[in-house]
Amino acid sequence: MTPAYTQVLYAACGVLLLSAVGVLWRRDLSALVRLLAVQGSALALVAAVQAAHTGSIELAVVAVIVAVLKAVVLPRILRRVLAREDQPREVRPLVNVAASLLAAGGLTLAAYAAARPLIRLDPTPASRAAPAALAVVLVAFFTLATRRRALSQIVAVLMVDNGIAAVAFLTAAGVPLIVELGVTADVLLAVLVLHILAGRLHASTGGTDLDDLRELRD
Amino acid sequence: MPDPTPLLYAPIVLPALAALAYAVFGWRTWTAWAGVATTGAQLTAAVALAPRLLDGTARATAGGLLRADALTGYLLLVISAVAVIATWASVGHIRLERAAGRTDAADARRYGVLVHAFLAAMGAAALADNLGLMWVALEATTVITAFLVGHRRDRRGLEAAWKYVVLCSAGIAMAFLGTVCMYAAALHAGGHGTTALNWTFLLGHAHTLDPGVVRLAAGLAVLGFGTKAGLAPVHAWLPDAHSQAPAPVSALMSGVLLSVAFTAILRYKIITDQVLGPAYLRALLIAAALASLAVAALLLIAQRDIKRMLAYSSIEHMGLAALAAAIGGRLAAAALLLHILGHGLAKSVAFTGAGQILQTTGTSRIADIRGLIARRPALAGTFGFAIAALAGLPPFPLFASELGIARSGASAGLGWALAAALAALLVIFAALARHTFTMLLGVAPPRHSPDVVAPVGTRASGAVAPLVLALTAAAVLGTVLGPLHPLLNAAATIVGAH
Repeated sequence: MTPAYTQVLYAACGVLLLSAVGVLWRRDLSALVRLLAVQGSALALVAAVQAAHTGSIELAVVAVIVAVLKAVVLPRILRRVLAREDQPREVRPLVNVAASLLAAGGLTLAAYAAARPLIRLDPTPASRAAPAALAVVLVAFFTLATRRRALSQIVAVLMVDNGIAAVAFLTAAGVPLIVELGVTADVLLAVLVLHILAGRLHASTGGTDLDDLRELRD
Repeated sequence: MPDPTPLLYAPIVLPALAALAYAVFGWRTWTAWAGVATTGAQLTAAVALAPRLLDGTARATAGGLLRADALTGYLLLVISAVAVIATWASVGHIRLERAAGRTDAADARRYGVLVHAFLAAMGAAALADNLGLMWVALEATTVITAFLVGHRRDRRGLEAAWKYVVLCSAGIAMAFLGTVCMYAAALHAGGHGTTALNWTFLLGHAHTLDPGVVRLAAGLAVLGFGTKAGLAPVHAWLPDAHSQAPAPVSALMSGVLLSVAFTAILRYKIITDQVLGPAYLRALLIAAALASLAVAALLLIAQRDIKRMLAYSSIEHMGLAALAAAIGGRLAAAALLLHILGHGLAKSVAFTGAGQILQTTGTSRIADIRGLIARRPALAGTFGFAIAALAGLPPFPLFASELGIARSGASAGLGWALAAALAALLVIFAALARHTFTMLLGVAPPRHSPDVVAPVGTRASGAVAPLVLALTAAAVLGTVLGPLHPLLNAAATIVGAH
């Protein structure tokens, strides 16, 4: 039982991290949405495996919510943002792809260093995978800082959230259900707000390049 | 002592009902005043709750999800006092915006719904015992106010709203990661389920929490909630959002939302100091405080926009709050709390005043607002006094609080940090004084094109009344704390405990 549990868990964490790095690699915005759906499924798998391992019904419910929301609903909302795009590519990221991938490697190493207290606290097979989840958070932050399309930024914000959720599943078998529900509602609403703002942006500038928004400065 | 349970629901239920009322009935004269009445009722409830929180124990309800101690009670007072000013000023604000054709019925309805939903979320953030739910409520304030920030739908509004949602959501996500770490530490210390994230549980079990994990959690919490509290270097969204939001909303965002977010840092700090001692967060907070003061000073010198000027002044005051928190101890804690109140009152007056100036002159450029004393003497006077209050002049509370911060800092051996802060404060004082004199004095420019100037006759009569009332309250509280004294003391004991 245990080896299979560990293997599935580690495979899912690998997919989590790879999909975050994939966002840096691919410039095609539709690929970003697909990667987000893949990452959402991997996150749901992490939750499901942890639920099976700990026998927690609460966590099983969370796994189902995560699967529906992050693998289906949120990517679907983003596809509607994508449908408006005339030029669905990230043309000029602030940092080019090769340097971004190198940075992702460095951030992953940093995540391993930062996660040491969490592993020391409770050295289980699950918490040993926490650095991968933390690396997702850091790589997603890097994406947020260097990508200039509205959709890329929404994907990055969602990946930050996915990474944090994964840290929670791995180190504490998920946050309490009521907190999880509240966070989920906030994330869903934030994405809907950004969806509407991206629509207005498209209507007013004819594109969703955030470099067009440079009026407010001192 | 009577059961205070219903009073704990008031800060959430009353504004939620008001939001519902706006959704159903829209923005009319009577609903606008009903909104003011609700915030008045909130203030009354906060005043009624306060005396029951003085004995050092917390009152809880809703299965322990809501909890009020003296710090909560104090924060609820500040929230509701500023809410009264903001909703009262909204009556005239929306009337003028409608008259000028910048707002239609649907916009006004949405304004009413969102402002009161925003108040409910802040009430929930103040009352949540569970650190996870406190986070949820704070993130909800971002989502709710996004459309208020972007209400004008032009490119500037859009830019501000986008930055606001993306930067605040991503920033506060760091705080959620901190919450997760704290939860892991709490589970390890024997906590179970939802209660493991309760502040009261964490404080009670501080000695069993793992120091390494708490260090990680506290650092992330300061960074995350610091973003929401507008501390440099994670303040980039603030000047844009506060300058683009409607003036009464800016008053709420600047006057209380920053302080509510800052209180989240305080809650983490109280636990962290028990586990790690005060040195760790002191270093982080001093760095954030001095960076905030420096940013505010540098960007205030050549500031051209009246609302951005006020926004940078908020960064300054959050920097001072962070400095007080870094110093620690009861005197610094009392100064910090007084500072939050004084800033809330003065900044909400300044922002709503700036909104009326904008509606009078049609411009937010400092250089174009000249001779305000000749055109609107009452408005110019209140705005001038509000700036004096923000600059820390007596008899306003910020004078006493800044003195308190200086005294406690000196006795804590942080003279170097105080000296750096004082240098920034002098620059800020000079900048604020120069900009304000430019606006108030001088020869009034010829009238702007009639379409941007609010037509004569639609001036909201009595629009200055809430501002004068708030300034008077601030001046009185800056001189004698009166009945507020025991609550401030009790709250300072919680914050300043070592």
